Amino acid sequence: MRRALRLGLPAATLVALALGSALGLAYVPEERHMGEVYRIMFVHVPAAWIALLAFTVTFVASLVYLFKSSYTADALAEASAHVGVFFGALLIVLGAIWGKPTWGVWWTWDPRLTTAAIMLFAFAGYLALRRFVDEPERRATWSAVAGVIIFVDVPVVWFSVRWWGGLHQIQSSKETVGAMMAMALWVNAVAFLLFYLWMLRLRFVVAHRRLRDELAEPPALDDTGA
Amino acid sequence: MSGVAQAASPSLWRATLGVLAKDFLIEWRGRARVNATVFFAMMTLFVFSFAVGPDGNVLARNAGGYLWLAILLASVLALGESFRVEAENNALEGLRLLPISPRALFLGKALANTVLLFALGLLLAPIAVGLYGAALAGSAWHGLGVLALGCAAISAPGTVYAAIAAQARARDVLLPLLLFPVLIPALVGAVKATALVLEGDPMGQLGSWIVLLAAFDVMYWAIGLALFGRVIEE
Repeated sequence: MRRALRLGLPAATLVALALGSALGLAYVPEERHMGEVYRIMFVHVPAAWIALLAFTVTFVASLVYLFKSSYTADALAEASAHVGVFFGALLIVLGAIWGKPTWGVWWTWDPRLTTAAIMLFAFAGYLALRRFVDEPERRATWSAVAGVIIFVDVPVVWFSVRWWGGLHQIQSSKETVGAMMAMALWVNAVAFLLFYLWMLRLRFVVAHRRLRDELAEPPALDDTGA
Repeated sequence: MSGVAQAASPSLWRATLGVLAKDFLIEWRGRARVNATVFFAMMTLFVFSFAVGPDGNVLARNAGGYLWLAILLASVLALGESFRVEAENNALEGLRLLPISPRALFLGKALANTVLLFALGLLLAPIAVGLYGAALAGSAWHGLGVLALGCAAISAPGTVYAAIAAQARARDVLLPLLLFPVLIPALVGAVKATALVLEGDPMGQLGSWIVLLAAFDVMYWAIGLALFGRVIEE
């Protein structure tokens, strides 16, 4: 099982990413209004989905830690936040690259854009907090508290920025996306999901091993210093 | 607390007042620090003018925003200070040993910070109005309400994060890094509401921003009450 995960997950990810890129770049026809540039959607939208998924996993794992004090939940929260920050940064960079030719600006104060950026900063802070606390139990508890504080903020941020004034197109639905495009989008979403799981697993293994070292009995003092 | 035998654990209300009184006493004894924070906040108000240039209209239009940025920047110092004094000499250990609920500790600390920031805001608001040439078109009572809600919004997550940061490494950079992203909705609400109070509110939008601020307050004061105990536990 472990071996299958270790080798199968990267292999499946690479195949899915290659297939998704081929579909998105070559197979699917050009879009009527935006031309070729819309193809960035096939990576931009999945990046948004996966970033949201990753931060949700961190939130749920944080809650689990607060109730059960499980170090597995703590390691999962850390791993998912790491990967979430990566996808969040990818999302914003891709969005800016898409925004420039279509809207004429790199950045706009749209609710979803702004909320994504704030989430990214907030979870970067979460990761910094984890780096600045050495004691495993405190680190786990405090970062779980931070995970909850950050995540419950998301809907409030969204509403506040929407009221505050906002160009982002409304969410795509089946009616606005052709069947072929929807298929390419789904293949890419699955590829990104596999990529997330692969990275999550690696990060989780790292976090788990570090915890194991930290929680292990300290080695007996040798008598050279005494 | 008089008489250990008389009350093993005082009511939440009394314990909160006790913590609040203790914090005010510390602030009073160390008023040089409070003064320095006030002057820091005033200086930030002054410095914003130089970023914008001497255009009176722009300054007047953004007066509310600059006021809240000054309060926000000063709040990092005040919040950090309120737990630095506890982290020093292991005072936090003493607080943990008190026979009171951690909720009282949270309420006392967060209220003390709210009152401190509110007082700071009271000092800064007339300076901001004068310095930037803004007019007060709305009611001063609305302004006070917005100030109180905004300061409470900074204090609730601020108290939780300050307690964490004070016990972590790199606490000076950690507190704003954790706090600022979370406070964005409160900042947006407070700045918008303040601008409406200063410039007048012909469309009647003030109410919805106050509701947003109040909702933020309810949410984070509840989270603070629920989770503060976990933050300071040994």
